[in-house]
Amino acid sequence: MPRWAMVIDLDKCVACQGCSIACRQENNTPVVSPEQAALGRAIRWNDVFPMPLNQPETAGEYPNVKLRYITRPCMHCSNPACIKVCPVQATYVDVEGLVRVNYNRCIGCRFCTIACPYGVRYFNWERPSWSPEMARHLNPDSVSEGGSLEGPAVRPKGVVEKCTFCIHRLRKARARAKLEGRPFRADEYVPACVETCTAKARFFGDLGDPESTVSKLAGSGRAFHLEEEAGTRPNVIYLREG
Amino acid sequence: MLQVDPQDKARLIDPLFKSGPRFWLAVLALGAIVGWGGAMYVRQMLLGLSVTGMNRPDYWGIYIVNFIFMIGISMAGTLIAAALYLTGVNWRRPITRIAEATTVFGLMIAGLQVIIDMGRPDRMLSMLIYGRAQSPLLWDVASLTMYLLISMFALYVSLMPDLGIVRDNLPDRVSGWRRSLYTVLALGWRGNREQWRRLERVILIVSILIIPIGVSLHTVTSWILSTTLQPGWHSTILGPYFVVGAIFSGLALLFIVVTILREVSDLKFYLETRLYRRLGWLFITMSIVWFYFTYTEHLTVFAGQEAAEFPVLASKLWGADAPAFWGMVILMVLAAYLLIFPLLLPERWARARLFRPRFALATAAAAGLVLILARAPQAQAVVAGPTTPNLPTALLSTGVVLVVVVGVSALALLKRHIVAGYIIASAAVLVAMWLERWNMIIPTVTHPRLIPWATYTPSLTEWSLTAASAALFMLMLLVFFKLFPPVSLWEVAEGRVIDEALAKVEIPLPPQSGQARSVR
Repeated sequence: MPRWAMVIDLDKCVACQGCSIACRQENNTPVVSPEQAALGRAIRWNDVFPMPLNQPETAGEYPNVKLRYITRPCMHCSNPACIKVCPVQATYVDVEGLVRVNYNRCIGCRFCTIACPYGVRYFNWERPSWSPEMARHLNPDSVSEGGSLEGPAVRPKGVVEKCTFCIHRLRKARARAKLEGRPFRADEYVPACVETCTAKARFFGDLGDPESTVSKLAGSGRAFHLEEEAGTRPNVIYLREG
Repeated sequence: MLQVDPQDKARLIDPLFKSGPRFWLAVLALGAIVGWGGAMYVRQMLLGLSVTGMNRPDYWGIYIVNFIFMIGISMAGTLIAAALYLTGVNWRRPITRIAEATTVFGLMIAGLQVIIDMGRPDRMLSMLIYGRAQSPLLWDVASLTMYLLISMFALYVSLMPDLGIVRDNLPDRVSGWRRSLYTVLALGWRGNREQWRRLERVILIVSILIIPIGVSLHTVTSWILSTTLQPGWHSTILGPYFVVGAIFSGLALLFIVVTILREVSDLKFYLETRLYRRLGWLFITMSIVWFYFTYTEHLTVFAGQEAAEFPVLASKLWGADAPAFWGMVILMVLAAYLLIFPLLLPERWARARLFRPRFALATAAAAGLVLILARAPQAQAVVAGPTTPNLPTALLSTGVVLVVVVGVSALALLKRHIVAGYIIASAAVLVAMWLERWNMIIPTVTHPRLIPWATYTPSLTEWSLTAASAALFMLMLLVFFKLFPPVSLWEVAEGRVIDEALAKVEIPLPPQSGQARSVR
């Protein structure tokens, strides 16, 4: 069973936000009006923001100021804070280590959005809407098992959503392998953000396989996790800027 | 046929069947506010939670503040009634029904807040079907349900003998549904020996059970916050702090409801001023314990200066939440002053000139004038040197001194009018405890680790639903006290028998040493 993980090399990242845009297109992220966005209700499964985020005075003093950018998908933690607080098991970890959300069960209490130390979870404050041109080009994919609704499926209002590591792509890759009558290989699938990354700063693969690229990069001396002291053991590994 | 004291009948049973224009006016006004809230809720359902002031990262707003506040004020009622019952306190009798009713209706309103806050209230039952035992939210649902059920049971059981009494002492002209209401609800209460034996037994068991369940409810509510990793919440003190705050605010509510009932109905006979003094000791204790917990909670964060925690405290001390924080502190200090200091004033000093009401009023007017002047724009001195008198500062300090003098000179007045002092203190405590719940929730959710910090301003929808919840709470109490006697008939009658029996007992003085010697 693979253990999916992502490595983001901050030395290569140019903060172009291509990953954010690719994610939007791939996952039918609702577009909110500028007024709603100004209120802090924009939804970005994959966000790019400056670090330090809230206390810029800790970025150093002239002439030794260093403003860094960080790009942040869901960490898909091995010990996630979000799933423990969900009162209805709408969010859970599957056997491959993906943290998933079932839009059909979420009651919208927003406890998980508060419990997540990374702020990767977003709430649908209103019914998602797109301009007519965009609405024609929505991704038709969705993941659904026994009444659940996951992946890029258009979300109803009042539920929580977040990055899925493009789980629908994993499903499609598995289905293709099955159709062609051969075993599925971990390198047959990457999320949209990894595929699009301009600087090739993102790597994706199976952390359980010691020969995979992510396993080798995770052993690098530059490797670190975001908010390591939160004890969530993220499966997104960053490589420090040199 | 159950008998009742004719005076009790006139004071407690007859008013149930006479509703004046004041009652209907109150029902109408409260109903209008509830109706407005209902309309706003339908709008929120249709448009989504975007009509609130919440956003990312302020995922929780005043709905959750109201939820914790309502649980707090409702916890005290049954808990205090049970504790006073178990300790065999005789003066508790007139207030038990009021305390239990505030608990039952307060918990219902608290549960309503969670439903209002949900994005998908239509999926509420999923909590029972798919509940995750690890989630503190589920613990709270379980605890709240238990406490609500046992409180309703306690209220109903102690109501049963009264229902029997009312059934047997109805006024001549009474509508049929009222007659059948009491007949059905009394469940055939005849007041025979076996029924009383069973009732006492049930009340004893329920009173014992209520205390751990009540404490657990508020502890579990605090665990919703403290089991997360969020800065400012991840603390062990929150459990006891919430319990203390709950009893404190619950007592404040009890004082307010008792005082309103005293004023609008003929219940002064039962709800005597000595009740205020007796319950007041508990109120004062809770006030002191509350200050102790508040200080401890903030001191540890202040001394630690941890990178994620400190911004939360900074927001309370001098940031966006400073008005709420310092407002809370000032109101709590005011309440503690009103409760404690009149007790410290010796009786013989009260006649001094300083303590005359006229003096207090005049000083208050002077203080107001000086403070207004201090706020007025001043002509700037051209050259400010170390010797230039700073007029606004001088006025401000004079004003503060005058306010303190007003406080001191009002002491004698407060000592004489204990109810007035208590009602002001209770109102201050209620507002301050609401602000405390705000200070618990909002500074933390607005200062997360990896989301841009934000500020939170509740929207009209949120204020409307808050007002409607408060109005619904009052409406429920109003209707309940119109249908059932607000003071327990049988408990008061029982208390009278005990008082009479106690009055007859003569306690012999211990023999004095001299007499003992002479006997020998």
